[in-house]
Amino acid sequence: MAKMTLEDLRKLRESKQDALRKRDVEGKDCQVIVGMGTCGIAAGAKVVLDAFLSELEAKGIENVSVTQTGCMGLCHVEPTVEVIVPGMPDVIYGNVDAKVVKQIVADHIIGKKLVSEHVFDKPAADILKKD
Amino acid sequence: MAFRNYILVCGGTGCESSRSEEIYQNLIKECEAQGVKDEVQVIKTGCFGFCEQGPIVKILPEDAFYVKVKPEDAKELVAEHIIKGREVTRLLYDKNQSKRNTKVEDIQFYQKQFRIVLRNCGKIDPENIDEYIARDGYEALEKALFEMTPEQIVDELKTAGLRGRGGAGFPTWMKWNFTKSSPGEIKYVVCNADEGDPGAYMDRSTLEGDPHSVLEAMTICGKAIGAHQGFIYIRAEYPLAIHRLEVAMKQSREYGLLGKDILGSGFDFDIEIRLGAGAFVCGEETALLQSIEGHRGMPQPRPPFPAVKGLWGKPTCINNVETFANVAVIINKGGNWFNKIGTDDSHGTKVFALTGKIANSGLVEVPMGTTLREIVFDIGGGIANGKKFKAVQTGGPSGGVITEENLDTPIDFGGLIKIGSMMGSGGMIVMDEDDCIVDVAKFYLNFSVDESCGKCAPCRIGGRSLLHILDKITCGNGTLEDIDTIHKIAHAMQKGALCALGQTTPNPVLSGLRYFPEEYRAHIVDKKCPAGKCKKLITYVIDPAKCIGCTACARKCPVGAISGERKQPHKINTAACIKCGACYATCKFGAISIH
Ligand SMILES: Cc1cc2nc3c(=O)[nH]c(=O)nc-3n(C[C@H](O)[C@H](O)[C@H](O)COP(=O)(O)O)c2cc1C
Ligand code: SF4
Ligand code: SF4
Ligand code: FES
Ligand code: FES
Repeated sequence: MAKMTLEDLRKLRESKQDALRKRDVEGKDCQVIVGMGTCGIAAGAKVVLDAFLSELEAKGIENVSVTQTGCMGLCHVEPTVEVIVPGMPDVIYGNVDAKVVKQIVADHIIGKKLVSEHVFDKPAADILKKD
Repeated sequence: MAFRNYILVCGGTGCESSRSEEIYQNLIKECEAQGVKDEVQVIKTGCFGFCEQGPIVKILPEDAFYVKVKPEDAKELVAEHIIKGREVTRLLYDKNQSKRNTKVEDIQFYQKQFRIVLRNCGKIDPENIDEYIARDGYEALEKALFEMTPEQIVDELKTAGLRGRGGAGFPTWMKWNFTKSSPGEIKYVVCNADEGDPGAYMDRSTLEGDPHSVLEAMTICGKAIGAHQGFIYIRAEYPLAIHRLEVAMKQSREYGLLGKDILGSGFDFDIEIRLGAGAFVCGEETALLQSIEGHRGMPQPRPPFPAVKGLWGKPTCINNVETFANVAVIINKGGNWFNKIGTDDSHGTKVFALTGKIANSGLVEVPMGTTLREIVFDIGGGIANGKKFKAVQTGGPSGGVITEENLDTPIDFGGLIKIGSMMGSGGMIVMDEDDCIVDVAKFYLNFSVDESCGKCAPCRIGGRSLLHILDKITCGNGTLEDIDTIHKIAHAMQKGALCALGQTTPNPVLSGLRYFPEEYRAHIVDKKCPAGKCKKLITYVIDPAKCIGCTACARKCPVGAISGERKQPHKINTAACIKCGACYATCKFGAISIH
């Protein structure tokens, strides 16, 4: 994109926020977000990311986006993955490996069930969230 | 089909020990008995970071947070909450909770963590500027460029009461103000991302997870002080953080958020990265500036302060990564929002890297004034492997230990100094009963001695002398006079060293002497190491009553120091033993002990 003016930036922000909100409402998109800080990668986050991509392809699932993010703060249970599926609570899974990836895809994304023993949510209020 | 409710039962070690497994089983049984097993999923989770109120049960989507739940409560939880849709008030942590609260005023809520600095870490893709923008990114810059004067920006920081997170806690607004009012056409903004103390990785993680938050803040700083060029000084051993910064800077430039005429405001600002070779002393601001200029990184006498005469002799504002990461939020939400968080002494939050013998190591961000007990036992889940808490080292090699008696001291800049430690950058290393306080001090001394730049005698010679004395003590050759000598050398270093590295090098020793004098005495007088760490002071002994003569230890011993017939008690030849501990780890019958 070319250099923006103040107006362009505001428009871009609005459209991106809209996109985020819509995703929640229409319930179309699922997200898999892999924690890829230094320690996540050291613990095997790249393997996990690849495993998601290949497992989703193998199962022919197309409504899931797989992205990366930074440290989720749960270093003792790296690799960590947040899974967002409409109609289900957002959860962070820890100690994820290729086997757990298969479980998450089969149980959580397809079966709409949480994967027991791997949920590691430590709640912290999101100061930027607007209700 | 998705479930109507999810019941999350904490399966962390804290809750497990208070019967969470039984609660889990009972809940499953009750869901079946009451006919809702197809509508409700019961699952076990990791620690919620609230162990002290455990066992914890959380029910989604209502977000009801039940504490101190007993196995007998399962029936009522299912009957009331699930079937009738009424919360079981007597078990709720916050009795007035009803609907979810995320307002600042309600942060005493069970969420001990409060993320300002880490607001986007783990939420956005750090390599995608659009995600940052969607989460209010660059909105503060808009304000700063189009709606605020430099004075107003500085005033907002003053109202916020933000203090530098790089260690010393200097008020940020004052530093910005000094640099702003220093005469000169050319000024610089510098971000200190050197972060080198053992166990600390807050700044690295912030840059890896949310690089734009720092770029945005540096640009705002540029506008406030009248600078057009910024530098980020980061060590070359943080390749991922450097990569993410480079990507972020490229995207910002493409969008016109860095460079000439930002957003058409007429303000120019750009940032360059400078790589450091990884010397701890280069984190000290004057040494850092020397290093950026291409000289050897050695501290310089202050004054003049960098705000007056910094990079290439120009006024320079130098702040830490975490300090910068607070700025955009303060501009957006206002100083009055920020100053309500934390204590009177220190506002806002602090990020800590929790490592060592802790059950849940990790990166935590808590409001200033949170106690160490909350951080270690609630968020950190307590000590790993059921061992006993001994102390926490804060402030890295410049800090000191916090012990059991100070677990409830609210943590802020002033509070830590009062108990003989310091905030430092935020590394927290947790020690248990197996850690020797003299050995730990020796570890930090070794670090400081290695990292001393050697420029001034008190640090160069003092540090090494202290290390010699500790070596002596841990080998059983210490005398009580050594303790006086330690105090004398420490005093000379505190008074005479040029920079804070030398001035604070004795801290770990001094704080150990203050809180664990009996442990030093044990090494010196009794020639014993109570924690069993100092090799010269321990002996491995086989208890003939417990030894069944399996020969496992004798086969493991690398120097053949263990003798004995099969099925007969074995014996260690203490003179030959090199104290490697292999036999101790091998014996399945607990026959070998450390004396
Ligand atoms: C030996 C030594 C090492 C330091 N290392 C760092 C560091 O890694 N990161 C940092 O931000 N500040 C470090 N500091 C503190 C800086 O000198 C300076 O106070 C700080 O960058 C100022 O930023 P602030 O006002 O935002 O805290 C160090 C100081 C000393 C004496
Ligand atoms: S105190 Fe130590 S690190 Fe600091 S200038 Fe002196 S010798 Fe160098
Ligand atoms: S501590 Fe090591 S060297 Fe000593 S007896 Fe045991 S195995 Fe042998
Ligand atoms: S760096 Fe990986 S979760 Fe903290
Ligand atoms: S173990 Fe359950 S809250 Fe920590």
